[in-house]
Amino acid sequence: MKHIADWALNVAALRGASYADARLADDRSRGLATKNGKIGHAADSESLGIGVRVIADGAWGYAASDDLSRSAVEATAALAVEIARASSRVKQSEVRLAPEKAVSAEWTTPFQIDPLTTSVEQNLDLLLKIDSELCAVKGVTLAETNMNFRREEQWFVSSEGSNIHQTKYTTGVGYAAHAFAGSDIQKRSYPNSFGGQWQNKGYELIGELKLVENARRVGEEAVALLKADQCPEGVFDILLDGSQLGLQIHESVGHPIELDRVLGMEANFAGTSFLTLDKLRKLRYGSDLVNVVADARQEHGPGLGTFAFDEEGVPAQCTPIITKGLFTGYLTSRETAHAIGANRSGGTLRAEGWNRLPIIRMTNISILPGEKPLTREQLIASTEKGIYMETNRSWSIDDKRYNFQFGCEVGWELKNGKRTRMLRNPSYSGITTEFWNAMDAICSRDEWVLWGTPHCGKGQPQQVMGTGHGAAPARFRGVKVGSAYKGN
Amino acid sequence: MLKALLTFMLDKNKAADIFGKIKKYSSADEVEALIYGGHSALTRFANNTIHQNVTEANYVVSVRTAFDGRTARATTNKVDDESLKRVVAASETLAKVQHPDADLLPMPEAGGGARSTQTYPVPSRYFEATAAITPEQRAEAVSKIVGVAQKHKLTTAGIFSTSESVEGIFNSRGLGDWYSQTSSEVSVTMLAADSSGWQKANSPNVAHLDAVTLAEIAARKAFESAGPHEIPAGKYTVILEPAAVLDIVGFMFFDFGGLAILDQRSFLNNRVGTKLFGENINIWDDVAHPLQSGAPFDGEGVRRQRVQLVENGVVKRLVYARATAEKMRKSEYKEKVGRIEPTGHGFSIPNEMGEAPMNIVFGGAREPKTVEQMIGSTERGILVTRLWYIREVDPYEKILTGMTRDGTFFVQDGKIRHGVRNFRFNQSLIHMLSSVEEMGTPMRASGEESFDMVVPAMKVGEFNFTEVTKF
Repeated sequence: MKHIADWALNVAALRGASYADARLADDRSRGLATKNGKIGHAADSESLGIGVRVIADGAWGYAASDDLSRSAVEATAALAVEIARASSRVKQSEVRLAPEKAVSAEWTTPFQIDPLTTSVEQNLDLLLKIDSELCAVKGVTLAETNMNFRREEQWFVSSEGSNIHQTKYTTGVGYAAHAFAGSDIQKRSYPNSFGGQWQNKGYELIGELKLVENARRVGEEAVALLKADQCPEGVFDILLDGSQLGLQIHESVGHPIELDRVLGMEANFAGTSFLTLDKLRKLRYGSDLVNVVADARQEHGPGLGTFAFDEEGVPAQCTPIITKGLFTGYLTSRETAHAIGANRSGGTLRAEGWNRLPIIRMTNISILPGEKPLTREQLIASTEKGIYMETNRSWSIDDKRYNFQFGCEVGWELKNGKRTRMLRNPSYSGITTEFWNAMDAICSRDEWVLWGTPHCGKGQPQQVMGTGHGAAPARFRGVKVGSAYKGN
Repeated sequence: MLKALLTFMLDKNKAADIFGKIKKYSSADEVEALIYGGHSALTRFANNTIHQNVTEANYVVSVRTAFDGRTARATTNKVDDESLKRVVAASETLAKVQHPDADLLPMPEAGGGARSTQTYPVPSRYFEATAAITPEQRAEAVSKIVGVAQKHKLTTAGIFSTSESVEGIFNSRGLGDWYSQTSSEVSVTMLAADSSGWQKANSPNVAHLDAVTLAEIAARKAFESAGPHEIPAGKYTVILEPAAVLDIVGFMFFDFGGLAILDQRSFLNNRVGTKLFGENINIWDDVAHPLQSGAPFDGEGVRRQRVQLVENGVVKRLVYARATAEKMRKSEYKEKVGRIEPTGHGFSIPNEMGEAPMNIVFGGAREPKTVEQMIGSTERGILVTRLWYIREVDPYEKILTGMTRDGTFFVQDGKIRHGVRNFRFNQSLIHMLSSVEEMGTPMRASGEESFDMVVPAMKVGEFNFTEVTKF
């Protein structure tokens, strides 16, 4: 494939580009789903193409094509230069890239079983088995399961001499039971909502999740929610399970630390950020227990943000984002690093596919587990009065990432260290920094899971990206609960 | 050569040739191909600079095969013979390992499946002028927007995009349909020190876009909302501009599919035929409406009907894919859901969602009011330009949460008084559409949370703001 990319780089240079890179990507995926005992869908997809990114006259141009013939690739590169020249008509300054050493490398997601080689028949049988367990619960009115696999093979070549071949594997699986009665629809999901658990892993993930073993409980909880008491409104200590805390990190840490947002580059769509540049190494983001990293390295785990190199050839790194509560880092790229005085990109430029321009995206934005041993049950036992919330149901946050509101599928009232009753429609809301400063306990490594958020949207044209979020159950003191239902 | 390569468009004849090969390579009982794609370009600006500027050419062939109650889909973006053979084989492999489903229908024949009830033909939505827009022309338009920003000492961010696209469907029963259209869109945000304004518009015909006027309106909103006051959350009369209306009401239309009722996941469970909204609410799905866009056939190739979903506040009808209509006729709900027939709103098969109306047109008021007139008749209320990050809190009461954004104003004694800090709302859509006091003339509107629609501005009583953010 390198020779195809070289066609593009040669034409870009001939047309006057001062920098060019080309990404060829071969993307293969499979989606399987069931609904109420029947196959919902079975589908395979493949997409192969090239994207050419150039700087000419100090401005960016990008062109992408599905046609890999020499004439089409050269025309695509020429168009990228033409577009860059048009961009240069409306600019305030020249694009500057932080230096990066050229590298030649090969990398593949570590995996045991290539998911795309596994038996479709057996996978559908597994989903139908889960489906039947859910449907066996009286009162479950809708059962849904899904299993998804993806392989993204990419060749990155730059005019600075980089030549990187990477292949990433992703596996995702999950299910949900819905129950409708009277005037209420309730839902429970496993292992997480909105598609379950996703990791950069092979098929072995499926076997790790005890999918069938949990199905009956999940169905029963969905039905039980119909008769559960409404979650009260007021100020409470709340405990969040790891998957909900992962989404809380995504929305109230991961997005505001994107330096392109901070610099106004997403102002028209995704928004900006309250984390203006003056707050770096000064803002008390959270309590002393809050330690968050952006870690794309393999040693962090098989997250959806794990890779060896980002989409402009920068090696995966670990950046401290919040250190003992202090705000210490942004997500950066070669173009934006200089804005915070960094001499190198943090390596977070990512693209959905060959036909999308790489932009700053979360990698694995994870809160580190507590250092003192603390299990979830011990955390609950140490809570005199509170509400434990599990599994996200709704999420919303303002365009600077201050005010958020989350709903969860199920709540549990806690009294004197014990779960006392199930609560339906739990929700909580707050202001980002006030919330993180209210964290007074987080479970230790044994409870820490690297969750996947597979469908994060950003950019124009919009791109969907998978991000990773390591989290363990944690407790927050004095949080506003129940505003979602106030006045309705 | 460069121009020829970059302006290549797939046409119906070429697509039919591709389908001919697919048929030849398939051993399935039935085979269908969706063939779609085109060219798109988007010039993006921020900080008064074009910072991203992209174009893409891509065509996709998606093959569905069916064997005796078993079906599956495989998709590729390559049309050489080997790729077509591979995608057919992949679809067949996925289909063959399944258990037969007695509910799987044969593929529709040409002209079969639904009556055409459109009152007028789908207008042409392909404009050469849009297809021919160059990067230089987009940059020129952005330059004018930046000029407006600089004139007002503001910073601007936004997009100017254009595209030409095709969409076709062919099956082994002889169905073959084809649609092409162009699109253009301008979205502008104007930023001041502590405030912002926003406008967005799109059209198949780029000549209908007025980037400078949009920029001027966004700029006015930015400087008029400067120094926002914090006022307490609570229930207010709100004036929702059309983009705000569309972003919030869009969350209910997936519940207007027949399968949503059969699955018991719809807020219309047990509510079809009842008066759910105010007397002044009338809603159609109508792909042929002059301000609508999109193909006049659905994911199986069934022609789209014009369907009145809500009449004087009463939920009248649902939309149906062919298979859903069959299931509904045999279901316990068949007497409670109005007319049951395929309406041409199905998604491509196989899928779990069934169908949804995607060409929504709201009826207007008998005496439409402009936004300015709505402001003039408001004693105390909030004017909302745009909503953001809307999510469903309660699926049956249809409580939605979200934020205001980019131009939120306090209105008192018939006048805009000042900008306010943005609110979080938690609002039942049912209550909202039962509390519409005034409406404007429906217009094509575009937001970020929902698909484009033809909707009016609305003045709504007792809109439920629950929190205030810090800006």
